[in-house]
Amino acid sequence: MADLGRAALFVSLGLAVYATVVGGWAARTHKRRLSDSAGNALFAALGSTAVAAAVLLSALLRHDFSFVYVAQHTSTELPTGYSISAFWGGQEGSLLLWLLVLTAYASAAVLINRRRAPDLVAWSVPVLGGVAVFFAFMLVAVSSPFETQTAPIEGAGLNPSLQNPYMLAHPPLLYLGYVGLTVPFAFGMGALLAGRTDERWIVATRRWTLIAWTALGVGQLLGAHWAYVEVGWGGYYAWDPVENAALMPWLAATAFLHSVMIQEKRGMLKVWNVLLVILAFCLSLFGTFLTRSGVVNSIHSFTESPLGPWFLGFICVVTAGSLALVFWRLPLLRTKTRLESLVSREAAFLYNNLLLVALCLTILWGVAFPMLSELVRGETRTVGRPYYDFFLRTFGLPLLLLMGIGPLIAWRRASLRSLGRMFVWPAGIAVAVGVVLLALGAGSSTPGLVAYTFSAFVLATIVLEFVRGTRAVGSFTQLVGRNRRRYGGYIVHASVVLLALGIAGSGAYGSTAERKLSRGQSLSVAGYTLTYRSLSQQRSANHIALRAAVDVSRGDKLVARVQPGKNRYFAEQQVSNEMAIHTDWLRAEDVDVIADQINPGGAIYFKVLVKPLVNLIWVAGLVFLAGALVALWPDAREQRRLAARYALAS
Amino acid sequence: MTVALVLAALVAAAAVLLVAVPFLREPAPSEDTLPEPKDSGKRALALAEERDRALSALKELEFDHRTGKLSDADYRELVGAYRRRAAAALQGIEPAK
Repeated sequence: MADLGRAALFVSLGLAVYATVVGGWAARTHKRRLSDSAGNALFAALGSTAVAAAVLLSALLRHDFSFVYVAQHTSTELPTGYSISAFWGGQEGSLLLWLLVLTAYASAAVLINRRRAPDLVAWSVPVLGGVAVFFAFMLVAVSSPFETQTAPIEGAGLNPSLQNPYMLAHPPLLYLGYVGLTVPFAFGMGALLAGRTDERWIVATRRWTLIAWTALGVGQLLGAHWAYVEVGWGGYYAWDPVENAALMPWLAATAFLHSVMIQEKRGMLKVWNVLLVILAFCLSLFGTFLTRSGVVNSIHSFTESPLGPWFLGFICVVTAGSLALVFWRLPLLRTKTRLESLVSREAAFLYNNLLLVALCLTILWGVAFPMLSELVRGETRTVGRPYYDFFLRTFGLPLLLLMGIGPLIAWRRASLRSLGRMFVWPAGIAVAVGVVLLALGAGSSTPGLVAYTFSAFVLATIVLEFVRGTRAVGSFTQLVGRNRRRYGGYIVHASVVLLALGIAGSGAYGSTAERKLSRGQSLSVAGYTLTYRSLSQQRSANHIALRAAVDVSRGDKLVARVQPGKNRYFAEQQVSNEMAIHTDWLRAEDVDVIADQINPGGAIYFKVLVKPLVNLIWVAGLVFLAGALVALWPDAREQRRLAARYALAS
Repeated sequence: MTVALVLAALVAAAAVLLVAVPFLREPAPSEDTLPEPKDSGKRALALAEERDRALSALKELEFDHRTGKLSDADYRELVGAYRRRAAAALQGIEPAK
């Protein structure tokens, strides 16, 4: 069946080329049927790519080791769920997933907007097709998942770290995010190519951007939880280049989602918004490049591959081409509207944008620095955690504060008296919280104390916004229903506060202890005593599990028995660290126990971390999703208003 | 191998059919140009966007005033300006249509 997969990918490539070349020609010559035909080529490409994906999935589930990809990433002992996740566990499969998601997004975006903005869609089709051409070409000519061989008896298996339920959802969600950013990019470029810089491209892509942004956000939090429970080092984010690769486009998309409101409400920032869309898309390509090229050392990145130069070339072409397009259309993008006041909601959005982009670019510099230093000086120099932590504090804390300030300021302008009235409660609450925390000893970390105080300020602002809004409108449901984006946004802000509290609590106020223990020996950390009792061994389908039994006590009371250890995987011939976590819900903290080295005699080198508030990070993920869904929920009144608006232009 | 090739041919044929649908459905169309908005349509759209922005601004001003974010003086000054903008856009839309 590999022949069918290969043929289906050839068909996808041909269709993508058709959508690009014929679609571009049709848009230029205003040929309606030809343009529809190019759009249909994207639908057909979705079908043929789905056939290729079905062939690979079937081979993975049948453990057909005549497929090189299947032999490299599965074994007969691999559970079915992980045989499915092996689809995106390797380079070729994940490229196929990129193409599948891209053609699905492209088809849906074209189908939905075809009637409302045919001239815009006509120019967006060749852009979407162009991106599809690149990925289809990679799959056909450079990195095919359908290479065959004489089938070996057993496969190499899947990397043990990837044998985790999170791997069923984390990578696909990241792909939904990365690839989803292609839609706003294509429509933005389509608008520039068509010379139509009105708001239609923003209206057409707002929801797609929100979907991609939500998927990227949830995907990253799932990845952080996976790192926390599976990788076994006690952390959830290591500023790993590949983790950063997902964070950067998310930050750029966050900036876009804020600044796009200024364009909608004031007709301003047209150039800035197009640049943000380009930045977000190029960063999503850069993220894929980092993961696939092997240029960086990361637990996420695949081994050295021939993809690097291709990706780099494509990123350069996309960046140069889109910037040239913006430059060409600058006269159409300029607006006469100016900020009325530096103390206004739109000004706060602008400051928020500058901070988000500054944070994004400093992370980009940190990620690119090792590559640039190797290129310029011939030696790889990396920037470490202190660099990222410094900039997270420098830009992140003001961003947190702005999340509280922004909603309190009126659009257009604000008088000092109104500001004083609006700020008095949240600022008073924040100061009170800060003083209480200082008295409780939270002053041991200044950034931690500042983060807690700012978080109190933002939470107070959000609650007050809901209360004042409900009083003004008369009903909570009406308030949210009439402006889902704003109140969904506030819920997302609340999730960012929870995230900040979780990061500050676990980072600034955490405790660590490390010691080699023999059976019966104990170590103490942050009021807990951990006693190593015994070591056992258990055989599972695809691994042997070594587990230490460790009693966790607080004072004289035994609170839990945890079992950290290691798994030895047969087929993969790899060992994974299996951290044990005891969650103390009353104290709102985790006790993480890692059996770092297990000696043959039974003595174990333990590492224990106590992480206050770390679980707020995962709660933040749920709140984030809830807020995003509120913002995404369709608004029938807005749809009617937009339909009436666009009826005028037709 | 043969089954795979037959299936591949079917995939390719289905793709060609889908791409050709616009030409099969309308072999001799009366109009084969993309519905490009005329200058009057573009102007009407710009005015409609301006009208919607002004109306949305008026709602925001009203809401910000009721929630205490905007002082009475600022509200009176801004609301007048945005009413005039909305009225101008509405007046412009009719002739543009």
